[in-house]
Order: sequence, then C-alpha cells, then structure tokens
Amino acid sequence: MRAARTVFPGSPGLAGLRLAEALGLGSRRGRWLWAMGICLAVFAAVPVLAWLLGDAGLEPDLLARNQPPSLGHLFGTDSLGRDMLSRTVHGLVLSLRVGLLAAAASSVLALVLGVASASLGRAADGVVSWLVDIFMTVPHMVLLILISFAVGGGARGVVIAVALTHWPALTRVIRAEVLQLRGALYVQTARRFGQGPLAVAATHMLPHLLPQFLIGLILLFPHAILHEAALSFLGVGLSPHTPAVGILLAESMRHLSTGYWWLGILPGAALLALVKCFDILGYNLDRLLDPKTSQE
Amino acid sequence: MLEARGVGHRHGRNGPWVVREVDLTVAPGEVVGLFGPSGAGKTTLGNILGGYLAPEAGAVFVDGAPLPRRGYLPVQCIHQHPELAVNPRWPLSRTLREAWSPPEALLGALGILPGWLGRYPHELSGGELQRLVVARALGPKTRYLVADEMTVMLDALTQARLWRTVMDHCRERGVGMLVISHDVALLSRVCSRTISL
Repeated sequence: MRAARTVFPGSPGLAGLRLAEALGLGSRRGRWLWAMGICLAVFAAVPVLAWLLGDAGLEPDLLARNQPPSLGHLFGTDSLGRDMLSRTVHGLVLSLRVGLLAAAASSVLALVLGVASASLGRAADGVVSWLVDIFMTVPHMVLLILISFAVGGGARGVVIAVALTHWPALTRVIRAEVLQLRGALYVQTARRFGQGPLAVAATHMLPHLLPQFLIGLILLFPHAILHEAALSFLGVGLSPHTPAVGILLAESMRHLSTGYWWLGILPGAALLALVKCFDILGYNLDRLLDPKTSQE
Repeated sequence: MLEARGVGHRHGRNGPWVVREVDLTVAPGEVVGLFGPSGAGKTTLGNILGGYLAPEAGAVFVDGAPLPRRGYLPVQCIHQHPELAVNPRWPLSRTLREAWSPPEALLGALGILPGWLGRYPHELSGGELQRLVVARALGPKTRYLVADEMTVMLDALTQARLWRTVMDHCRERGVGMLVISHDVALLSRVCSRTISL
C-alpha cells in the first residue's frame, strides 16, 4: 500500500487507489470489516438462494440423469436426475441451522462451566476439570456416534451430540482466562478501589471474556457443520432422504470411480467455502476486538 | 497511623522467610523510605501493606484497626510495572477515572497530556502509563501511599517533576508515604527517615 501511494497524478493507478481509499480498503481495519461483511453476505445468501431455487430441483427427473455441470444444472444432476445445486444449497441451509444450534449450545455450556470452574472454588474446579479430561480422552467420533444414536438420530440427535462433545476445549480456554484475570494486577487494584467482585467481573473481566466466547462460538461452527456431515455420512445422523451435505457426500462415494466427479467435488467445495467463511469471520473479529490490532 | 506489627511472609509452610518480624509505622503526612538490596523483600512488604498479600505472621493496622477487606482501601500501592496495573482493553480515560476524577491541575502537574486519554495502554510508554497510574491512586480517600520503585522507568527530569507533584499533593492532604527504593540518593532526598531491610 505504501508503495502504491507514490503513484504520480494522472497515472492509471490513481483512480483505482482513490476508489480503494473511499471504500475504506486503505486500512487493515477497513479490509477486515469488508471481509467480515462478505462472509456474512455469504451466510445470508445461502437461505435466500434455497428460497429462490425452491423445491423443484429436489424431485427426481429420470430424463436428466447423471448430467455433468451445465448452464441448466450448474452442479450437474445425480443418478435420479435431481439438480445437485438445489440439493447442495438446501443441504447447506440445514447445515447452517444445525451448526448454529449446536455451536451456540456448546459454547454457552463452555462459558458457564469455565466461569464456574475458575470462580467457585477448588471442588467445582476439580469436577469440571475431571469432566473436561473425560470428554477429551474419549475419541470424538465415537462419542458423537454414541450420543447421536442414543437420542434417536436425526437432526436433533446431531445437535445434541455435537453440543455435548464440543464444549471441553472452550471451557479450558475460558477457565484459564478467568484464572489469569483474577490474578491480574489491574483486577486486584480495582478491588482495592472498593469495587465489588461482581462489578469487577462485569467491567474488567467481561471485555476479555467476550471476544474469547464469540470467537470460540464462531470457530465451533465449522466443527459442528463438519461433524453433522460426518454423522450423516456414517448413517447415524439425518435420514438419507433429506438433502444434507453429509448425505450428498456419502452418496457420491459410490460414484467416484465411475467418473461422476461433480457429485462429490462441487458440494464438498461449497461446504469448504462456507466453513472457510466462518474461519475468516472469527479471525477478523478477533483482531477487530483486540485494541492492540483494532486501530491498524 | 499505618502500622505493621511483627509482619512476616514466606511461600509455603516450610519455605524460607522472605520478610520476617518487621515492625514499621508511617504517620499521616510522613514520608518514610524503605531501603534494601534486590531480593530483600521490599516489594513483598509493600504488597502486604497494600493488602495485596495476606501476611503469614503479624498484621497491618490503619489507625489501630486491621486493613479493611472491602470498600476503598486507605492504603494504595503504586507498583513498579504500570503496564500490569491497567486493563489492556480499556481506553486510558476510563482507567484514569476508575477510582476518582483527578482535577485538570493535577494532570497538568504530572505532565499527563489530554491526547493520551483516548488511547489504549499499549500505545503509551511505561513512564507515561506510570503517571496515569499515580494520578489514579491519589484520590481523596487515599490516606497512605506505598510507592514501590515508582519512578525507575522515568528520566531524571520527569522523575523530579513527578516526585515534586506527588510530595506536594501528599503534604497538602496529610497523606503518609512509604517510598520503596534501592536508590539511596532518592531516599535521602525525599524521606524524613529511612528503614533498611
């Protein structure tokens, strides 16, 4: 950017530079805000697109089976002639909903347990830390399959399974943060200025915990979506009739060797793009909320 | 009167004593120096007097009563590292007014520029932060001030100016001071008597 500023008046680069400055792209902060806005627009676009496409493409059309991507069917069609773009977009909507529910439940659980563990004394800390250790030592996938199976599968099973298995990491982060904050000199000093423990927690600790919580929540999202896909792929998640990304990927496995590449690659790439959007959102929000980086 | 009676501290039940059997008094308006080589327990003693650390032995009294556990503590500490004493996620205007609203005259005397207040702690130097921390601790309810190596990060001129302002402020309001330092010249200059650890 610095080199670009030395462009001479009248040279062709100047108009573009002015436009970039006007849009706020000249500062890192502006670029972060744009990146976050684009990610949010992508999330909003998925349900809108599902609504625009309607349910028409989900019906089998035996005259248009196994067609490669074309203008009529951007993602091609599957072996029953269903439009893969429609199925992918509807699948992503379901993924978003499942992911939002599971990630929100999981991170609220993590916040409550983390704060309780760090502030309710040694016994509470022991119990929570023990639970965290237990959940972390059991392989993730096994636990997910067991819980999902135990509560009867389906979307509800996936949400409960993902929510119950994804809190330990964030709990640890929040517990460590609260412990560190309690020992911090500025927190101790605030107590010497006569502020009560709740006031100190609200004014001094919350500004540190909120970013951790929000970023933990956002970064749990892709996990939840991927696990929903994995559970459905394994057959213990959603029913095979629902258009979910995991189901699409599971079906496509059978056709990979026969050359129908679009059945797996295009829905997979769409899922990857959505997950990456969450990643970008979380990363940029983190830098935006930290005063050390937010002014750049 | 700020009193330490038989104060001692050690880490763990069998650890060596860091501070042992210290008796110390600071009268209102009096400036007492605390001298000692590195590791002698000066900061530990300062933390005990300021209520940051509960002593293993003995106790601290203000006007005959033990240090209050809640409410504004009449003994305020200024620590060696101001960057740890301010919340990194708060703008400095909020930090400065955390305990009281320091008057403009005091801010001017301490050399605090209005432009600093909109910034965050990482955007100021240690010496600039220390002046804000000092202003924050000089509220009307502060009766005793423990200054633990308060000016080591400042240049000589700023040091002199800061000491002059703090001394004037404390003398006016009858605030007693305990000055902790390993700088003999400083202690002999500002203190009426000095205790060695």
